[in-house]
Order: sequence, then C-alpha cells, then structure tokens
Amino acid sequence: MPGGSGSLSQARPALAPDGMPDMSKSLFVPMWLRPQIRSGRSRPPVGIVLLSVFAASLLLLPMGYLLFRATGVESGVWRELWSASTGRILGRSLMLVIGVNACVWLLSLPLAWLVVFSDLPGRRVWTVLVATPLVVPSYIGAFVLIAMYGPRGLLQQWLEPLGVERLPSLYGYPGALIAITLFTYPYLFLGLRSAMLSLDQSWLDAARTLGQSGWKTFANLLLPVLRPALAAGSILVSLYTLSDFGAVALLRYTTFTHAIYLYWQSSLDVSAAALLMLVLVILTLVLMGLEFALRGRARMARAHAGTSRAVTPVRLGRWKYAAWLLLGGTVFMGMGNPIVVSVVWLAKGLAAGSSLQPVWQAAANSLLVSLLAAVTAVLVFAVPTAYLAERYRGLRARLPARAAYIGFGMPGIAVALSLVFFGARHAPWVYQTVYLLILGYMVRFATLAIGPLRTQLSRINPRMEEAGRLLGLSEIRVLGRVTTPVARGGLLTGAALVFLTTMKELPVTLLLAPTGFNTLATRIWSATEEAFYARAAAPTLILLLVSALGIAAIFSGEDV
Amino acid sequence: MLTPDNPCVIHPERVVQWTRPKQQTYKETICFNPITMNGYLSQTLCGSLRGTIASRLLCGFFLCLTAGLAACTMPVPESQTLVVYSGRNENLVAPVIESFAAETGIKVEVRYGGTSAMAATILEEGSNSPADVFYGQDAGALGALAKAGRLQVLPEDVQSLVDPAWVAADGSWIGTSLRARVLVYNTDELTVEDLPANIHDLTDEQWRGRVGWAPTNGSFQAFVTALRVLEGEEAAKAWLEGMIANDVQVYPKNTPIVAATGVGEISVGLVNHYYLLRFLAEDPEFTAANYHFAEAGPGSMVNVAGAGIVDSCSNCEAAEAFVRYLLSQEAQGYFLSTTHEYPVAGGQVDLPSGAVPLDTVALPEIDLSDLEDLEGTLALLRAIGALE
Repeated sequence: MPGGSGSLSQARPALAPDGMPDMSKSLFVPMWLRPQIRSGRSRPPVGIVLLSVFAASLLLLPMGYLLFRATGVESGVWRELWSASTGRILGRSLMLVIGVNACVWLLSLPLAWLVVFSDLPGRRVWTVLVATPLVVPSYIGAFVLIAMYGPRGLLQQWLEPLGVERLPSLYGYPGALIAITLFTYPYLFLGLRSAMLSLDQSWLDAARTLGQSGWKTFANLLLPVLRPALAAGSILVSLYTLSDFGAVALLRYTTFTHAIYLYWQSSLDVSAAALLMLVLVILTLVLMGLEFALRGRARMARAHAGTSRAVTPVRLGRWKYAAWLLLGGTVFMGMGNPIVVSVVWLAKGLAAGSSLQPVWQAAANSLLVSLLAAVTAVLVFAVPTAYLAERYRGLRARLPARAAYIGFGMPGIAVALSLVFFGARHAPWVYQTVYLLILGYMVRFATLAIGPLRTQLSRINPRMEEAGRLLGLSEIRVLGRVTTPVARGGLLTGAALVFLTTMKELPVTLLLAPTGFNTLATRIWSATEEAFYARAAAPTLILLLVSALGIAAIFSGEDV
Repeated sequence: MLTPDNPCVIHPERVVQWTRPKQQTYKETICFNPITMNGYLSQTLCGSLRGTIASRLLCGFFLCLTAGLAACTMPVPESQTLVVYSGRNENLVAPVIESFAAETGIKVEVRYGGTSAMAATILEEGSNSPADVFYGQDAGALGALAKAGRLQVLPEDVQSLVDPAWVAADGSWIGTSLRARVLVYNTDELTVEDLPANIHDLTDEQWRGRVGWAPTNGSFQAFVTALRVLEGEEAAKAWLEGMIANDVQVYPKNTPIVAATGVGEISVGLVNHYYLLRFLAEDPEFTAANYHFAEAGPGSMVNVAGAGIVDSCSNCEAAEAFVRYLLSQEAQGYFLSTTHEYPVAGGQVDLPSGAVPLDTVALPEIDLSDLEDLEGTLALLRAIGALE
C-alpha cells in the first residue's frame, strides 16, 4: 500500500474502465492520479432529490415563460427576424465570445498561478484586489474606459501638452473585448485559484522525480488537473459575454443580445423578443456541450492514504518585477480606472456645489441581499445539485446543474420579467418581497456557486465518502460531515462569485425588489442614467470598498 | 407592530445563543423588518466572522429561515398607499412626488426603473398589478400601454388642463412636461454662425464624421416619425441614408453624445435639450451649448413626458389627484427650474436664465397623435441598418 503523502508507491493496475482515458499511458505514471470511477450509487437520498427538483423547476421557469410568450408571435415577425442581419449580428456575438475567452485565459492563468504558487508577498491581498473588478457593473466599466482612454478621454487631456490631439478610437470590437475581459476574468481566475489550491505537492514532486521540465509539468499535470475549472470558468465568461448589453452598447459593438434588447425596448413586443431569446437559449445549450467536452470525463483525485501537502511556493527571483507589473496592471485597469474617474467626478461635482446624498442604507441593503443570495446559492442550490451531478450517473442527475446555466446566459431583464409574470399572477404573496428577489438572483446566479463546487467535488475521492458510510453515517450526514467540509474551498469560491455578481446586479433588483428598496447598484444606475455623475461617484467608490471587504471576509474562512 | 415605515424593531425573544464546543457563547440580536427586510443585523452576524464555515453557513440559513417565518405570520399591510411606477429618474422627479405626498397627506410608494421596463412590468403583471399610476418619459411606452388597454381614460376636466396637442387621442394619458430636440455643439470649435439652418445640411461633406446620434433612443425615434409625417417617407429615408453615408457617429443614448460633444470627440449631436443643462450644472466650464434649428422642421420638434392611470388601479382617486398635481403650477414650475423641461400647463412661469423660451423656437406643426406610427419608424430604421 502507498505510504505517506510524498512517497511513490509501486504501480498498481489502473482501474480505468472502458472508454475512459487511461492515465497510465501518459509520460509519467502517478498511479494515484488515475481516473476515478464515479461511485456506482444508484439512488440518491430523497432530501437531495427534492431540493434539486425544486432548484431545477425554478431554474427552468424563465425558459417556460419564453416558450409561452414565443407562441404568441405573428408569422410576419418570423420572416423579418430570420433575415441576413440576424445571422451577421449572431456572428459578431460569437466572435466576441471567442476573443474574450482567449484574453481571459491569457490573463487568468498567470494571475491564478502567481497568487497560489509564487513566493510573492501579500498573496491574499492580491487575490482580493484581483477578484474585486467583478463587482464593477459593465456599463460603468465601459463608461469609465471611454472616460479614461476614449479619443478625448482623461489620458488624452493629460497628454495634450505633449501634442497628442486624439487617441486612437476605442469603439467597436477592441473596446468591447477589453471591457468585457476586464470585468469577467475573475470568473475564471477565482475558479482556477480554488482548483490550484487543492493541488497536492506530492503530484508536483512526482513529476519532478520523473524528470519532467516545468513546461511539461504544466502541460501534462496542471492542465489536465485544471480542466474542470477551465471549463467551468470559460462557460461563465462566455455566457456573460453573450448576455451583457450595457458595455457593448456604450462601446458601440452591436451583439445579438443588444439587438434583442433594442428591438424589445422600442416596440415592447414581448413575443418577438422571446423568440429571439430562445435562439440565445440554443446557443447556451451549444456552449454547455463544449463545456462538457472541455471538462472531460476523467475524474482525478487522491486515491492513497495520508493527507495532501500544500504546494511549496516557487521563488520568482528577477521575475518578480514582471509579476508585480502584471498584478498591478490588472488591478489598475479593473479597479484603478473606476476609482480615478469617480474621484474626478466627485471633485468636479463638489466644486460645482452639488451635495452628496447619503447611501448607507443602500450599502446595507446591497450587503444584506448579496450575502443572503450567496448563502442560499451555496446551501440550497449548489450543494444538492453539484453533489447529484458529480456522484450519480445519467441525465437526470446532471439536469439541475445544467438548468442553472440557462438563467445566466439570458439577459437579466428577461429573467426579471418572467418572474414578474409568475410572481404577480400566481404568487402575489411573495411578489415584490425580498424572497422573490433572492429567487430571482438564484435563477440568474446559482450556476456561479455550482461550478466551483463541482470542480472541488470531482477532486474528492468518493472512497472517502464510502468510508463514512461504512462507519455507519447516512448519506446525508456524510455529505454534511465529510464532503462539505472537504469541499470548503469550492463552497467559498462559489459564495464569493455570487456575492460579487449580486452586488452589481441591476435589472432583477429594479423589477423584483420591494418598492422603495435601493441598492448601491440601483443608486449608481439612477444617477448615471441622467448624467448626475457626481452623485454616482460616492456609491461607486463604496461599492468597490464594501465588495473588497466582503470577499476578504469570505476568503478568511479558508484559514479555518 | 412592524410596518414598512417602522423598519427597525428589536426582538428580545430572538436573541439567540450559540454554544460552540469550547464553551464560548455568542449572542446575536436581530433587528430588522421582515416585511421588506429593510434594516440591519445588529451586533454581528452570528457572533463574529470567525468560526467554522459550517456554523457560519448554518447561521446564514437560520437568518433566512427566521425572516421567512416572521413574514408568514405577519399580516400583509392593507394597501392604502398610492403606487407609482416611474420610468422617469428618481433624481428628477422624487422632489415633486414628495411634495405631492406632503401636500395631500396621501402616502406614495414609487418604483423606479427604465421607462420600457416599467411599462413591460405592468403588462406582465396583468390585472394583479400593484401600480396605480404609470409615469414615463416617452410617448412610445405610454402609447404601448394604452394600446394594450391598460390605461384608464382621464376625466375631461383633467384633459382640459393642457393644450390638446399634448393629450393622447383617446384621452388615456397626458403630457406633463416638454423636451425640445436640439443640436448640441462644441463651443471651442464652433459658433452659432457655423451651424446649419436645418437637419438636411448635416449630410454635407463638412460634417463628415462630426455628428452624433442615438438611433435606439425613444426621443430620436419620435423625431424620425415626425420627419416621416412632415416630409414624407422617401425624404426621411434619403436623409437617414445620407447621414449614414456621411459617417454619423452612433451612440446608445443622449448623455454619451453630450459628453462626447463637450470633450470634442464629435462637433455636434442630435439630442434633447435638457441633458446639456445638467452637465453645465455639475461643471460650469463644460464646453458645449444647445442650438435650436433656425428653420421650423422635425429637427426642432418637441417630445413629451407623460402619465396615465393604470386600469387595475386600487387607489384610483389618489391616482387622479397625482396626475392633477403634476399639472399644477407648483409642479410645472419645478420642471422648468430644476429638470429644465418646458411646462405644459399652469399658466405663465418665469424662465430661468439661460433657457430659450419655447415660443421663440421655430416649432413644426405636429401633435402627439401624429407620432403614433412608431412601428413604421422602427421598420425604416431596421431596413436601412441604422439599428445595428
């Protein structure tokens, strides 16, 4: 039997069932890294099933609404919608998705590696700072980019003494690419970080002993191990890119969702918009297929006794300057820009005598609903659905986890209207209360909590749970006492993602919150909408500060 | 008793003690309103932020649960309040609504959002809609609600308060303030003498790439409808195509156009008149000014913001009082002085300095009922690719 953590055991026959990649054929042969078989349990506990049926039906609600609405469409609209321009705009959306994914991978892989594996001081602080840009609403992010780097932005004004009359145009594809990359890369970064943290030093040692160079270790060990996290992060980034229209509108790059929104906004024709939205749902399904392929079927977990060792930090040496530059540059682009622009607005506004409005109530409301959303997403949605998807076979087990992607790929206004329809007509007792608001957030964001947890669960050996069962615990208690504590990293990462995304959420909040309920995001929107930039500055700064503190608090749980 | 306006009640019975293995006890006091959940979790969320993850999660779940139970046992407050769905911005209209509440003693709840989103919400809510009044900033959304039969016909004496040009043909909604279409220009680059007399001159070579517009904006679309009505379908199409051929710069809405004009990214922009006045209020040095086209035509048309009473209103009398109040001298004066819009009623009001009196502007002959064919405008804009 294999001994302690670092020791190399003698090779045992790999338990690779048919159709699964046999890891024993790879260059080095860490036997304990073989693909894990999903445990052959066939019937999940009733509680888990009930919870996930509840989750799935709620998550599929918007799709039912779209189907219902789309049946009312007039035949003339069909012809108009399936014109050449629809295809062209769809093509633009896809180009943006591909570009953003490429940029996000290039940015997130080194960032995550630096905060996990390097000897850089203050890695916890860097993690928080690098993750916080996720909280910048995309329309603010785009506005700020234009204000800073637009043809006549602040940068040009500072460069004017040097004779710079105009900066090259930011509008169109490049601007949209930069903006969406900057405000979505944390999805991949946080997922990768959580996956990297659960790496075992003994795996790296084994690679080293087998004579692998750093690059080969990366290609043969890290990449395969990180595949689930890469897949989970990429699909989130892609769906966000598909569903966003705030940033692309300002940067003047018309995408499919933006076109639907414009069509709906000017005609208020829900049927035609619903029909187009179903195209978006089909795209989401295609992306899910890609995610499934990228994730792969292999499950890698420690199979030997002992505990995993934390990774020994890599000394950066001279490279540390490059690392500082990368981290600092990213944080400046993501957080520095909004801060600079807000401070400029604030100074101008105060100089012109506008008064600041107190936003503490809005800040408290934002914190309250975002924390509630994070906790509910993790406990009620992520734990049962992720457990079912990772530990049981078949479509039925995976359906709830899949259904969660649909709400995230839809524009928020569609999800909000579907819940307005459902709530006002069939559930007036929860309509316009915080409860329906939280459910709305769940439909949109539950998937953010499910992804990291699935990644983490795939890394936990089912044998460990079976040991719990052998010792007489029920499956539910094993989930509570064995699985959940071990998967803590995934739970916290999921909670952080939901928290940050809810902090900036706008359309669901506007339509479903109790009347008169303000959050920081609604305050910022309301002020910028009518060009009261000075009034938007203070809530923007507070949003960044509160969110940074919030995720610092969430990640402090990793110590325990 | 907990009511939405008594947001913070401390429940001494709900002070919970958590005992952890090391015999540490954490106390927690919850102070909040379970109806709206407005309020604070006082002291700390379950003792402190330290503790095991499981206990923290459990604690969060416990909070949800208590809140949920409390809400179930709490009687839902009878709705004796007026509910306004406002597509108009809180920063602009909240003072008017507050003074209405103070003057009449009627309690008002306002839900703010985009004009289209609020109209769509009323449509989706159906007859269960809590809304009594819809207050929107463009004729399109008000027209869509009226077309769906969701607005009540306003009483004759309310309709007679304003010029018939600003009342919907079926009397289902009424204009409450006016916004003029103007050409905003950069004052560093241009003077009034350099500016064109009508919109058609903007297709000249000298304006290539220097003009901004927002074809997705409701006010712009109303302007295109006016152009079609006044000059015919062909002329409208020719002008739009001419503008696109002249490399017109596309923006999502009015504000970024004004911002871009001020910094000199573009020279002129087709916008509503009041945005510039707000930029100037925050930054008096802002280098842009408004120009009303010298020749009467669609370029100097006037749009309305308006209000209507929702058909399923539960406080219909208060709703009518609210619409009346919007047309009172006090409210109209507020629009003129603070939101920089033109009044529709209320007699003579003194113009603030810097505002151009509407009667000196060359207005086209057009009224609200002429602007109903939004679908035709959208079809035209789509056909020439202006909406991509």
